[in-house]
Amino acid sequence: MAKRVGVEVSIAIAEAVKLAQAEIIAAYPITPQTHIVEHLSEIVADGELDAEFIPVESEHAALSTCCGSVAAGARTYTATSSQGLMLMSEVLYVASGMRLPIVMTVANRALSAPISIWNDHQDIMSQRDCGWIQTFAENGQEAVDLTIHAFKVAEDKKVSLPMIVNIDGFTLSHVIEPIELPDQEDVDRYLPPFRPKYRLDPKRPISMGPVGIPEVYTESRMAHDQAIKNAKRWIIKAWDEFEEIFGRRYNPIEQYMAEDAEILLVTMGSISETAMTAVDKMRDDGKKVGLLRIRLWRPFPSIEFRKAAKGAKALAVVDRTLPPGAASGPVASELRNVFYKVPGAPKTFGFIAGLGGRDVTVERFEEIVDKAEFYSKKRPKELYEVIGVREK
Amino acid sequence: MAVVQDAIIGWKTITHGCHVLEAGSTRHFRTGDWRSIRPVTDNEKCIKCGMCYIFCPEMCYEQDDDGYFVANLDYCKGCGICANECPKNAITMVPEEED
Ligand code: SF4
Ligand code: SF4
Repeated sequence: MAKRVGVEVSIAIAEAVKLAQAEIIAAYPITPQTHIVEHLSEIVADGELDAEFIPVESEHAALSTCCGSVAAGARTYTATSSQGLMLMSEVLYVASGMRLPIVMTVANRALSAPISIWNDHQDIMSQRDCGWIQTFAENGQEAVDLTIHAFKVAEDKKVSLPMIVNIDGFTLSHVIEPIELPDQEDVDRYLPPFRPKYRLDPKRPISMGPVGIPEVYTESRMAHDQAIKNAKRWIIKAWDEFEEIFGRRYNPIEQYMAEDAEILLVTMGSISETAMTAVDKMRDDGKKVGLLRIRLWRPFPSIEFRKAAKGAKALAVVDRTLPPGAASGPVASELRNVFYKVPGAPKTFGFIAGLGGRDVTVERFEEIVDKAEFYSKKRPKELYEVIGVREK
Repeated sequence: MAVVQDAIIGWKTITHGCHVLEAGSTRHFRTGDWRSIRPVTDNEKCIKCGMCYIFCPEMCYEQDDDGYFVANLDYCKGCGICANECPKNAITMVPEEED
């Protein structure tokens, strides 16, 4: 039986990577992700995991190394955060375009300037379109489970795409939580050995990453887009199998008190836990409020969202990034698209909160819901509103 | 350019990750087709030293049976480096349109 232990989430993620029997780990330290790869380097040095830990000189090199190792057929893992993800940016697109199933944890953190090591979603949202499958964890247990799930999905021959598991920096990475670390034999049952569709092999030479002349570039992008859209099926199937073996259920959109809700909060990541507390409080006050938590960000679960939000009057969408000059935050924009011209669709209101480590409290969620309620009667002047910003 | 034409395939048939599954396939791409000048060697002057062969960035010189160096014009891009390096000034760059 898997034991429940009190453990720092970063350490638990490293243990999950060990359970997944990663063969190559190439990483560069960056706050707040460092504890994950630090612990992995210890695990490898202690001989607990038969893997190669490659300490590289930058994040660009980290992900490039991962591309090479996964192309050669090794199960490959890395982790990064914020500025490190920025430095990887170029290679992110290379990895997904070449369909290389790397698994990466991103401990979400704000971007400079001003320098901030604290949590929000600006780093990952700047890489929104990098073509990787992306999930978000709300707590330590999910961070562990989604990591194991990521290897299963990414390496599935029918998917063969890299995958990012997002965890909130500090809020998740640095807290000690009660976490059930799965048994090795269960993980072995869940996760088959990595057998890539194509790999670099001197005996059967192929080229990866060639030039895509104008005659084929559009087709290759279309193939990538369709591949990640089709991946949704296998992502969900891998969650079905996860439930069978480990007993915990995951869905692309997680609902909380959503069935009869008039106003639905929409959140992603660890603030969802606070949002649930806020929903409980507002329900006690007699308000018909519910919550939709986005677990699967890419591919975006549009159909599931339309189903989950059926009957609601308004969506109060919380974005954790403020894209300067944009029409609204990325999550709100996505949902406006999803519900555009859908009969009986809820109105979407965008709120930006929790930037650079600022807490989003229960009271803030109440404020957001009140505003969404008000705006559903009287149209707001702006497409989004920054919550808790000092107006002076 | 038959092979390039064959490569024009749809999104459903394009290779996984746009991989090239055939080894050595760049041979099919005649990269010299945009050349505007080409090297012509005067074998009377040539001493078969091989400098053109060594310096050609496209590695397109081959030795014929008599030991002279001949540029493969399927790949020569007309850069003129060989003509510049030839110690005997045996190579002349000739505009393509004047055959
Ligand atoms: S012109 Fe340039 S490419 Fe052509 S044979 Fe000479 S060196 Fe090679
Ligand atoms: S460099 Fe000039 S002399 Fe030497 S082999 Fe080439 S053509 Fe002949």
